[in-house]
Amino acid sequence: MTPMLTADEMLVRALIDQGIAHIFWHPGGASFPYHRALSKCEEIAFVLCRHEVGACHMADGYARATGRPGVVMLTSGSGATNSITGIANAYMDSVPIIVICGRDSVGHSVATQLDETDMIGVSRPVVKHSYIVPTANDLPRIVREAVFVATSGRPGPVVIDLPRSAYESTVKYEYERSEQISLRGYRPAESGHTGQIRKALEALLQSERPVIYAGGGVIQGDASPALLTFAECLDLPVVTSLMGLGAIPGANRLCLGMLGMHGSGLANNAIAHSDIVLALGTRFDDRATDDPEQFCPRAKVIHVDIDPSSISKTIIADLPIVGPVNEVLNILIQLANDKQELQSKRNVRYLSWWKQIDDWRQQPSGEERHTKESDSSNRIHPQDVVQTLYDETRGEAFITTDVGQHQIFVAQGYKFSTPRRWVTPGGLGTMGFGLPAALGVQFAVPQGMVVCITGESSFLINLQELSTCAQYDLPIKVFCFNNGTLGMVNQWNQIQGHENEFLGYAESMPDFVQLVESFGHRALRATSLDELKQAVYLAFSEEYKNQTVFVDVWVDPNVLVLPTKKRGSGTSTEVPVDS
Amino acid sequence: MKQLLAILFENEAGALVRVLGLFAQRNVNIESLSVAPTEDTTMSRLTLLTLSDAQTIEQITKHLNRLVGVVKVINLVHVEHVERELMLVKVCAEGDERQEIKRTCDIFRGQIVDVTTNTYTIQLVGPTAKLLGFLEAIGRAHILEVVRSGTCGITRGAKVLSAGPKGA
Repeated sequence: MTPMLTADEMLVRALIDQGIAHIFWHPGGASFPYHRALSKCEEIAFVLCRHEVGACHMADGYARATGRPGVVMLTSGSGATNSITGIANAYMDSVPIIVICGRDSVGHSVATQLDETDMIGVSRPVVKHSYIVPTANDLPRIVREAVFVATSGRPGPVVIDLPRSAYESTVKYEYERSEQISLRGYRPAESGHTGQIRKALEALLQSERPVIYAGGGVIQGDASPALLTFAECLDLPVVTSLMGLGAIPGANRLCLGMLGMHGSGLANNAIAHSDIVLALGTRFDDRATDDPEQFCPRAKVIHVDIDPSSISKTIIADLPIVGPVNEVLNILIQLANDKQELQSKRNVRYLSWWKQIDDWRQQPSGEERHTKESDSSNRIHPQDVVQTLYDETRGEAFITTDVGQHQIFVAQGYKFSTPRRWVTPGGLGTMGFGLPAALGVQFAVPQGMVVCITGESSFLINLQELSTCAQYDLPIKVFCFNNGTLGMVNQWNQIQGHENEFLGYAESMPDFVQLVESFGHRALRATSLDELKQAVYLAFSEEYKNQTVFVDVWVDPNVLVLPTKKRGSGTSTEVPVDS
Repeated sequence: MKQLLAILFENEAGALVRVLGLFAQRNVNIESLSVAPTEDTTMSRLTLLTLSDAQTIEQITKHLNRLVGVVKVINLVHVEHVERELMLVKVCAEGDERQEIKRTCDIFRGQIVDVTTNTYTIQLVGPTAKLLGFLEAIGRAHILEVVRSGTCGITRGAKVLSAGPKGA
């Protein structure tokens, strides 16, 4: 028999039926009616957040670490609009989150009641899809569709607006479990065009200087094992975007590191001199390509993406393949394995190209050059922090970051061994993401080693979630690169010759140790490399292992993120170190 | 460059504004649009006229296809097609001029759908250029009010736009 449930029970039941195990929420008047069912529910863990954007970033981190959708529940008005940055962040990085908002009613004029906003309208440009629930009977279908839309194709956020006018809180409705999806306007590509894939393999075999360019789609599409197999099969070098870090093990010989504005000289050289680029699940972001005219000028571009709108957007694809990266790679592997001659030639392919790459690899990178120059400073070098953490965690930590110099230092220095461990706000550049995202990751992976690397400016944006962290006893480790300034902004001022426009606030900084301790957490300060090593050791020691640990790391404010490129300068030209 | 998109989409609240938002966020103006349910009333069909370069309209088309509520999109300028627009125009028609205006209306195969002692309301159907030609012929001084429906377009031949698999 169909169970009879009240609307709030129905919502919770629909979420349970979709396998949702965690909900990040912040309640309010308009969502109050359906919060009653939440307190009675045992299948779902409810995480009470301190700020709606924190709830969204937690759901985002949760989704990135697992591939499962992160679910957020909020109230109306400011509760809903506070989530916009979190939704936009998930949209830019294609992360499946579902945000359920309350609303008083639809039908009355919008914005005349307390705490009312047209959330569907406000969020429209930054969602994959959105729903206003017409009646409680539609809840199972809408929740089912929302999970499907958020997680399939190119993933993205979905908003559900649940108005009180859609249900009577005391009435019981028939709960019909929703199984079938019928969305005639939504059919994400399930496989690539075999003819195109065949052509792609031929082109790769005929090329002399091939490069694979792996983006976040490889990670989102769980295609990392296939990528490694295919790259090994043909002995292809792989560069990654910022979002693609971890798509191939960072320490693997085939991995040339990250390309782009702050990418390695090796990766940028390889792309600039390539004659063919196999781009996988990437949108050729401007920080990766810079001037499209000068990006891989001599290369034929094969672009595989599940989203046709990413293809030929900035870089015209000579060979477009619309489809899930994992499926396409598996077909490529199969086609390659079928070719007998491939087996015998495995070790002689692209010999001169690899020799050139290995020559580049021997050259000192911009990062090393700068490390040596700043030896005179007795403050901690940011790269030493990343290296110390890498050594301590053996490249296996889940790392969340905010945005700025610290983010790029980690991207350059931490060699991720597996996918879904690098959780960074790439597309939107959202300061304030790192701490709540770390909590989300820890909820998803309770036994995982979760490290938030942040800057003091970013950390101040969402530090209220330290309280959430205390409430749920999450043993995350926070390393705050404190240079008392908006480091990346100042770096740009410096590069562009505006040194006198220095944006610093070292005098008005809080005492981070006291601040964090006031939330009940362990807090340490490191002002020298020895203190840092001691702090890292302590943070992961038996004694502190199960506690939240914050380390205020006083890094050298004069260190720039290098290499860096001026915009419009092309892929292979770097800003000189002394600029 | 003229672009004429025919879009099939779900006939439900909020679906149209998602479509139009893609133009607004790229600062592309919509010259005209005409929308109504099709023979299947769960779906609406929109014909949208805009001036934009090929690359912009290709991106917009791809993003239209990404919308969950959009079922099918084609750009009619790339295929043989018929386009028509309906116009109602209220003109000042007094004394001797009444005959002259009636004659011009006949030449353009228009119909007078409302009459007063000093005005005609004329209905005209045709390609947009014909409607503009009529306004030119009548003369700006006589025109009191103009309402245009926006262009409707349909492909020539047996091919139809229906809810099949979406194109890339």
